[in-house]
Amino acid sequence: MDLTLLSEAFIALFLVISGIFGLVGSFGLVKLRETMQRLHAPTKATTLGVGGVLIASMLYFLLVKGSLSFHELLITLFLFLTAPITAGFIAKTYMLHRVSREDLPSTGRDYGWALYDAAPGKEDDGNDQP
Amino acid sequence: MFARLVPHPVLSLTLLLVWLGLVNKVTPGNLLLGLALGLVVPLITAAYWPDRPTLHRPLKAAEYVAVVFWDIVVANIHVAMIILFKPNANLRSCWITVPLELTSPEAITVLAGTITLTPGTVSTTLAADAGSLLVHCLHAEDPDAVRDTIKARYESRLMEVFQ
Repeated sequence: MDLTLLSEAFIALFLVISGIFGLVGSFGLVKLRETMQRLHAPTKATTLGVGGVLIASMLYFLLVKGSLSFHELLITLFLFLTAPITAGFIAKTYMLHRVSREDLPSTGRDYGWALYDAAPGKEDDGNDQP
Repeated sequence: MFARLVPHPVLSLTLLLVWLGLVNKVTPGNLLLGLALGLVVPLITAAYWPDRPTLHRPLKAAEYVAVVFWDIVVANIHVAMIILFKPNANLRSCWITVPLELTSPEAITVLAGTITLTPGTVSTTLAADAGSLLVHCLHAEDPDAVRDTIKARYESRLMEVFQ
């Protein structure tokens, strides 16, 4: 069997896998009912969905073009640095608007959640309260 | 002398590798430029790392990354199944309080990022004294079990790496 065909089939497999996960993530956005639940679907699709494309791209350059490419590793690195931050921003904005502190479980500490309560020693600032 | 010249070896190495990755070609010129960046940038930004944590066990850090990658794959499939086959009515989302033993801000940041990246859980906010972490869970039959998994699987490993 032709080696190029084999490697191309391998690359295509990764592309299809990532496509499926991207589709499921987007479907989750439509199907789930609450913002906090919806937040789960896209943050997940990016990890495996984009990961699959990146693996396919690396394999393509390695097997078909015969050169090593590092850009994909960097994209993974930057994605992993930025994805949690975006998710955190969306979650916090939503919580300030729609979730009251009574809906949340207790911190188990002397202080409340940082979103609603000031840090120890900063109580009299009060500027960051919505 | 070496510690003076290279105050943050890990950052220097990361900068060198990122630079080589960006230009995507290892040539002597690029290597030299990457080394220069690795030397100059940590010196300029030293003021922003007042008490940076030291990586005690690089191998443990590598093991942590491997565990997280594996969990991302497994949990992705898990969440895909929930989205596709679980009716919304059966979905039990919940908030979980994770008490933290980690104290270093960097370690807590890594833990929070890991929780968000592993599907099914999103870390949202810290307690005001950074003693516990609020996590939203897409679907959990047993919230306490999720909390225990996070503590045993991620936090205990990070404790070994950072403290």
